[in-house]
Amino acid sequence: MARFRPSPYLGSHMARIVLKRLAQGLFIVWLTTTITFFLVHAAPGEPFAEMLTDPRMTNEMREANRARYGLDQPVFAQYLQYVRSVAGGDFGHSFTHQRPVMSVLADALPRTLLLMGTAIIIGFAAGILLGTLQGARVGGWFDRITGSVAVLFTALPDFWLALLAVMVFAGTWLPVSGFSTPTLSPTASVVTRGSDVLRHLVLPAGTLAILISAMVSRYQRAALIDVLPSPWLRTARAKGLSRRPVVFRHALRNALLPIITLAGLSMPALLGGAVFIEVTFSWQGMGSLAVQAVADRDYPVVLAAVILSSTMVVVGAALADLAHAAVNPRQRRA
Amino acid sequence: MPNATPVSMALDGAPVPAGSVSPGRIASFLRRDPAFAAAAITLFVVAVAGILAPVLAPYDPAQLIDASARAQPPSAEHWLGTDPLNRDLLSRILYGARISLGISLVAVTLATIVGTAWGAAAGYAGGWVDALLMRIVDAGLAIPRILLLLSVVAFWGRLTIPAIVLLLGMTGWFAASRLARDSVRATREQDFVLAARATGASPARVLVRHILPHAMTPMLVAATLGVGQVIVVEAGLSFLGYGVAPPAATWGGLIRDGREVIATAWWMSVFPGLALAITVLAINVLGDRLRAAMGGTQVPAP
Amino acid sequence: MTGPPPPLAPDAGEPTSAPLLRVQDLRTYFHVRGAVARAVDGVSFDIRPGETVGMVGESGCGKSVTALSLLRLVDPPGRIEPGSSIEFEGRNLLTLDEEGIRQLRGNRIAMVFQEPMTALNPVFTIGDQVAEVARVHARASRRAAWDRAVEMLNLVGIPDPRERAKSYPHQLSGGMRQRVLIAMALVMNPSLLIADEPTTALDVTIQAQILELLAELQQRLGLAVLLITHDLGVVAEVTSRVLVMYGGQIVERAPVRELFRNPRHPYTRGLLEAMPRMGRQRERLTVIPGTVPPPTRWPSGCRFRDRCAWAWQRCADEHPPEYFVTEQHNARCHLVDEPARDVAPAALGGAR
Repeated sequence: MARFRPSPYLGSHMARIVLKRLAQGLFIVWLTTTITFFLVHAAPGEPFAEMLTDPRMTNEMREANRARYGLDQPVFAQYLQYVRSVAGGDFGHSFTHQRPVMSVLADALPRTLLLMGTAIIIGFAAGILLGTLQGARVGGWFDRITGSVAVLFTALPDFWLALLAVMVFAGTWLPVSGFSTPTLSPTASVVTRGSDVLRHLVLPAGTLAILISAMVSRYQRAALIDVLPSPWLRTARAKGLSRRPVVFRHALRNALLPIITLAGLSMPALLGGAVFIEVTFSWQGMGSLAVQAVADRDYPVVLAAVILSSTMVVVGAALADLAHAAVNPRQRRA
Repeated sequence: MPNATPVSMALDGAPVPAGSVSPGRIASFLRRDPAFAAAAITLFVVAVAGILAPVLAPYDPAQLIDASARAQPPSAEHWLGTDPLNRDLLSRILYGARISLGISLVAVTLATIVGTAWGAAAGYAGGWVDALLMRIVDAGLAIPRILLLLSVVAFWGRLTIPAIVLLLGMTGWFAASRLARDSVRATREQDFVLAARATGASPARVLVRHILPHAMTPMLVAATLGVGQVIVVEAGLSFLGYGVAPPAATWGGLIRDGREVIATAWWMSVFPGLALAITVLAINVLGDRLRAAMGGTQVPAP
Repeated sequence: MTGPPPPLAPDAGEPTSAPLLRVQDLRTYFHVRGAVARAVDGVSFDIRPGETVGMVGESGCGKSVTALSLLRLVDPPGRIEPGSSIEFEGRNLLTLDEEGIRQLRGNRIAMVFQEPMTALNPVFTIGDQVAEVARVHARASRRAAWDRAVEMLNLVGIPDPRERAKSYPHQLSGGMRQRVLIAMALVMNPSLLIADEPTTALDVTIQAQILELLAELQQRLGLAVLLITHDLGVVAEVTSRVLVMYGGQIVERAPVRELFRNPRHPYTRGLLEAMPRMGRQRERLTVIPGTVPPPTRWPSGCRFRDRCAWAWQRCADEHPPEYFVTEQHNARCHLVDEPARDVAPAALGGAR
């Protein structure tokens, strides 16, 4: 196996990429923050003002919010204050949870990351494998069957697939709701609790992973087919390499590059998908939280969810960029 | 084929219909590509079902047949069963087709128009204008669509159908603008554009009369696929409870209803979802064939 | 000549010591949509150990396909037709299974392709790519393979090979990449090197360097080289024997000097005439009129006749065999049989 040798440009080049992405990312997050702020203020009924009269608010909270959001000041000053608090990580207090939003998010975020992370890893791995096998023998029976199945799955709405899973698996050993068994004793060992969470993770992550792998396999197949006529592949065969290293070492390395780009670009869609999966399986992550907050009109949480998700998208895209530069030694136009 | 060098000839028969379109021609075309034929027929059926819903539906979708009865499984009287309020599911699905398709078509049209205008302006102008406009698009693309929709719903409350259409359109134009911009950018460099500019045509004229018609192909494909995407997005919104107001329902809303009785009334979740899946599948196949027919390069829109 | 000489066995005229490579009646056809493209249509030749043979012709004459056929790198819908025979070091290459031919590739027979800009995998270092050959065929350890790679890079004249081995293809110029490809081909010390247009994509000065390198390596390592090119100038430089291909067949074969001095086939003559040469008083370059016909429909009789100034009725009726000209020189042309017709083209006028 060829040694993985990071490109010689990695030092300064990577730094340049990181800085550029950081700047772009900050701009995007700032823009998102601004959009959401003015969205709120343009809404009928002055939701921010409503916060003051919301019966769930304690007096302390009311005062704190008034100070934080500068509600008696002109809009622009409010905006500046809002930006300042967001930059400081202060998203205010949640109405329903009666806690700082950040603390509520701190519970939910890891669960979403667990779900998404697992689904992405499994989904991409499966998709890359399937797509590669398809591309290696285009037109063969495996290609046609897998291709048809993939096309089918990309047309399915994620929440419907999740619902079907719930229908099929309800009452079986695989739980269809929540991320842990509520009756589990809090003194149970880490291993027991961990495996309980894993058991709950199977269906939600599995559903998401299937959908991801369907999409990825289609792109991977196309990417491999794109790469197969390349002249250097013929050189590899002329060297006496057998089929497997030709496809899996030479071709795949090149065909992965567009997939990495895809991973970066599809972050928003993945997050959106996670929302539906979480809701359907009652997985208490950020997605469920946001949806619940909308129903409760818990504005601070809603806003925080939006800003946080755009941050995640930006970070994901930056990571994909770095991965791409690491695998591709050619000088990239940044 | 007298001039072809077989060594480089394509193996699949890519049909290049020249000349008149005759039934025989169409038939052989459809026979060669059964998937496309199936997709076209399916969409035709769905469209007819939606348009003629009032005629085709066996029951009034909002009519409560018997307020006390519970959901019934598929039977001779109710082919797809009924919901807990004893409303015929088939009728509701037919009417749902109307609303789902109608909303999606208008929303996609809106998104395409806005997106094309924005993207074309950016692509043609270039420089800092391009950078600025596209950064805004980046920000728009960075927010998961559903969250954006939910935020608006959170602050504006329940939406009317026109508002839903507007909202879907305004959250969907970002991707279209990116496509338009790339397309215009590429076309801008071509010689015929240079020729047009050399005749003294104003930038607007060059853009509209010369560049856009040429650059519209990927937009068309994206719009087609976009209809399928918006149907699903709208269904998702309804599924979460923020779609059109009852008693009307899109397919997403029907699935939502089904979720509540999932243990006892499986047909309520399955059939609307099937309708959704089949429609979107057909649209995807159609869009794919369209892209292939127009000789498009792969535009990876996730 | 008294009476037509009998058509000769294809390898007559070749040197008689045991050949390294013996190709007999090689036919590679492409079966596409009901038509058959006869890209290589009955090619026979030998290559002796250590000799450099040139194969010349325009694009579309089948020389590249011949080379690919030798290593069985022709992909469907192309296929080597039954009845063909390729023997290398005594072994029949066409009856070997996939594993068997794979073991020969890059090992006993190596090939260098014509696109140095794209023939190397962009995501691996050149060191890795050269070393890979050793790892596959000699099962060398990573370190040993790497050392061998550096050694080969040095052999082909790449400066500072130990450092350079860590670079990526895009960091090298075209000439350097071609050297790397040659290094890659020579790792296992093959007996036969097939070089398909190794200098076409390069500048003239680099071209000269590469050819010099090939000549030097050939001498040093004693390998046989099959050099495929469309450029007669290249052929004159490095080869000892030349095979001229047209229409999927060999139309003339001769030692290089003999070919240049006494070309008997009109096509060869055309090629020689078409070479721009300094010091000649000419107003225009002579061209061979017409284009290569498609391999799906070779003309009946002689395949060159539509473009040939000397052609007469017999050329349409009778497909010419390879006629004997002199020792080691054959030509597939009826003119050899009827030398009376072999007059200067200007004298032909309308007399056909």
